[in-house]
Amino acid sequence: MNKEKAVVIGAGAVGCAIARELSKYEIDVVVVDKNEDIGGDASKSNSAIIHTGYDAAPGTLESQLVVAANPMYDELVKSLDVPFKRIGAILPAITEEQFKQLPAIKEKAFKNHVYDVEYKTGAELLEMEPNLNPEVKGGLYIPRESIIDPFILVQALAENAADNGATFMLNAKVTDIKTENGRVKSVVTTKGEIEADYVINSAGLYCDEIAEMVGKADYKVVARKGQFYILDKNTSCKVNNIVLPIPTKITKGKLMCPTIHGNMLVGPTAEDQPSKVDKSTSAEGLASVAADVSNLIPNVNLRDTITQYSGLRANRNPEGLNFDMYDDLKGYVNLSGVRSTGLTLSVAMGKYVVQQMMFHGAELTLKENFISKRKGIIKFSEQSREVQDELIKENPLYGNVICRCETITEAEIVDAINRPVGAKSVDAIKRRVRAGMGRCQGGFCGPKVIEILARELGVSTDEINKNNEGSYMVTGTTR
Amino acid sequence: MYNLNCDVAIIGGGPAGLAAAVAAKKQGAEKVLIIERDNALGGILQQCIHPGFGLTRFGEELTGPEYYSRFVEDAIKLGVEYILNSMVLEIDEDKSSVICTNSEYGLTCVKAGSIVLAMGCRERTRANIVIPGTRPAGLYTAGSAQRLINRQNIMVGKKVVILGSGDIGMIMARRMTLEGASVVMVVELMDYLAGLTRNRVQCLDDFGIPLKLSHTITRIMGDTRVTGVYVAPVDENKKPILEKEEFVECDTVLFSVGLIPENEITNKAGIEIDRVTNGPRVNQYMQTSVPSIFACGNVVHVNDLVDNVSTESEEAGKYAALYAMGKLPENNGAADMVTGNNVRYLCPQSIMKADSDEKVSVYFRVLAPEFNVKLIARCGDEIIAQKKELRVNPGEMNHIDIPVSSIKGDKITVEVIKEG
Amino acid sequence: MNKEIICTVCPRGCHIDVCGDANSVASLEGYGCKRGIEYATNEYLNPVRILTTIVKIDGVDNDLLPVRSNKPISKDKLFECMDIIRKTSAKLPVKIGDVIVENICGTDVNIVATKALG
Repeated sequence: MNKEKAVVIGAGAVGCAIARELSKYEIDVVVVDKNEDIGGDASKSNSAIIHTGYDAAPGTLESQLVVAANPMYDELVKSLDVPFKRIGAILPAITEEQFKQLPAIKEKAFKNHVYDVEYKTGAELLEMEPNLNPEVKGGLYIPRESIIDPFILVQALAENAADNGATFMLNAKVTDIKTENGRVKSVVTTKGEIEADYVINSAGLYCDEIAEMVGKADYKVVARKGQFYILDKNTSCKVNNIVLPIPTKITKGKLMCPTIHGNMLVGPTAEDQPSKVDKSTSAEGLASVAADVSNLIPNVNLRDTITQYSGLRANRNPEGLNFDMYDDLKGYVNLSGVRSTGLTLSVAMGKYVVQQMMFHGAELTLKENFISKRKGIIKFSEQSREVQDELIKENPLYGNVICRCETITEAEIVDAINRPVGAKSVDAIKRRVRAGMGRCQGGFCGPKVIEILARELGVSTDEINKNNEGSYMVTGTTR
Repeated sequence: MYNLNCDVAIIGGGPAGLAAAVAAKKQGAEKVLIIERDNALGGILQQCIHPGFGLTRFGEELTGPEYYSRFVEDAIKLGVEYILNSMVLEIDEDKSSVICTNSEYGLTCVKAGSIVLAMGCRERTRANIVIPGTRPAGLYTAGSAQRLINRQNIMVGKKVVILGSGDIGMIMARRMTLEGASVVMVVELMDYLAGLTRNRVQCLDDFGIPLKLSHTITRIMGDTRVTGVYVAPVDENKKPILEKEEFVECDTVLFSVGLIPENEITNKAGIEIDRVTNGPRVNQYMQTSVPSIFACGNVVHVNDLVDNVSTESEEAGKYAALYAMGKLPENNGAADMVTGNNVRYLCPQSIMKADSDEKVSVYFRVLAPEFNVKLIARCGDEIIAQKKELRVNPGEMNHIDIPVSSIKGDKITVEVIKEG
Repeated sequence: MNKEIICTVCPRGCHIDVCGDANSVASLEGYGCKRGIEYATNEYLNPVRILTTIVKIDGVDNDLLPVRSNKPISKDKLFECMDIIRKTSAKLPVKIGDVIVENICGTDVNIVATKALG
């Protein structure tokens, strides 16, 4: 008998986690995505936090999955070599009114089974976070709120899935899903048609359009924009914890936290918009980030910014994270409302989806030779001098530093291009090895990265894109 | 680890490093070693193929390659050594060893009697100045585009808007035009030109490229490649007047919005940094707060003329050599330089007192343009140096010569006063 | 014919109004010094520029040879010269000052190398 085949639509964190989970079993897995790289939408522009779920709506699927996911990371980041740190979050109450809200927040955390949230006095918080607004009256400490490299999480999941036989079809936009006798039959993409026994819609911002293809769109995706600042590693005012504001009825508010690589992240806004593609920042949005965060951290120095970006959360109307399988459309799995907690819950969602498929009759047998570990790209800058010396002797490309801000060598860039689900664009390189992610934003390494990509991919430099098709970097030769 | 020894180690083989190396050698340092990250000496001048260099030093107008070639020739003649393709990672805790990568030797440790920082500067980016909008392909700093076009044989775009009227921006406007691109306009936030008038005439006016003073780019448009920018005039507080915003179609935006000294290594070595110049604080010997480490060129403060860089770097090389030989003048205390009226920064930031008839050239920039001014240096109540200038401008470096022997107190204030 | 010329001799940048015809200058106004008169006169009658660019090197893809005109070229000939240079390639080795294009566009000006290579 031929193996059954599952097609996962969307190569974001959730899609890649599902693919990895499925790749543990005897089933063919194909992940399709319209973007040129995995993790190309919401998974690349978020606050890079692994939440505990303390503030989720108790009893919801979202609460269940986020709370379940958080403890999984300790083991996962070890086997998949993902940068991750349990730095903890604080929730300081600056005003008396905010102070009065603390018991309710702690109660909600309890209802979500997040029992390790603790009260802290103003003095304790100021000791933990010297740059905090000195007006602080007290607050909560949430020890398991953590930071992660979101790009590498997605890459690690995808690479490991690929190592276990999953295939990735990128630059392939899904145009139709064919069904037959109440079962899914195939997925039609701009790169061809794929037979499918299972179709998992994890298309994020576009999940309503995919659902529409099989007549299951009883909701609409509402893109919610979040604008962020990233500050230089040397910025004059830093924080040690994830510093969260007390949420208002309207928004969770804007936070400040370190990134896993030592920059400071400040944001986001929350702006609903009709467009699913408009990821522009605006003067007003950035100004509101500045105004709000300075209430928490008065000396935050946004002049030290090295970049600003915005991401779109795939909220839905009616709201809420939804998982659906249908009696009248066998083999079809629909995920919707995967929003700001999506990164965190991705790994729990992978397990949830596979288990639900089994509950719905899928017969999946475990592979005998599943490879559970993945090694990341060796970071030259983080090695001891002895190891650095050995690396250069083994491979002279380690001796050629391409990105001076982040000390990224040519060997790392070549590895990023040539590994499974490798980089094909300038941004894909940036997300894998951080070349161009530093304070000069690619001013120094950009020209060299274009040449290395062209050389390794065997194409001319004018075929190199920043990211998706049409984002050509250069227009030809001077001579 | 591969080990090298030298008297003076120089980080960077651009104009600053080359001049420092030649001067160190002339001063008597036996072994002078330049550590260069590129595959050739010359630094940024390799891509500055335009003329305009060397007028004060050589009395003729040279192109970048011609200018640095003269120093390379001197350096090689004098026996300066160099290693290429070597990126310095850090200065060791002993403050006298430089750790760098080299594909051939592996990780390399250069042990030196003294070290000269000559890493130059980098360009400010679109993100540093927070221009909102999307993040498409086609956004380049002017220097990156210059490198691609002049050294890598790669053309960056066809229809160009340039933000910033600094010299690099204007020179790239001419360069792009000569190579067949259309430069739609040069946009400048200030109400005056950031670069030299000569470049306005020869790079913009010659080709009919409009210069929009008191304007800025308010938004960048395009999801994949740039499709255009919105440009608006600014009010007296430099805030864009959004009602007058206009769309300008283009596929490329070049940013020429300032330079910042490149001080990753300096910071890591714990050297004191001047918050205004963003470079290390130095005395007249170009010595930093770490006695064995000297600095020169754009790593200290951003210069307009390479001729000045060479002169200042020769001082650094000379004194670094003296330090390595144990002959640096003894420390009799220093006077700090203090900025007075209409002075943005001063360099050197302090002057070591000495019983000498030497004069120290103190370089500085003004905060605002002014005509008919007097530059005055005071130590206590006493005026120790002064001179008249017809015109001062933030875009052009000024200097005043201070006699070392006249320094009695601990502070020297320099101010620029409007006359009459 | 009236023309406003910005003097580039010194940083003052005087705006000089020049009045005259194609072959001679009748009057100048707004200059700050004698050097300005000379500059504005030349700039009015025959503006010339040093042309700098790069040329391809025979058999080399990843490097270019920077070049310049050994003398200033009439401003209105710049693009014509660029067309010639674009079609030219240099043979290695070259020294600084080696002639790459002789008497370009009949201007009596040579295009010469500004960098030694090979």
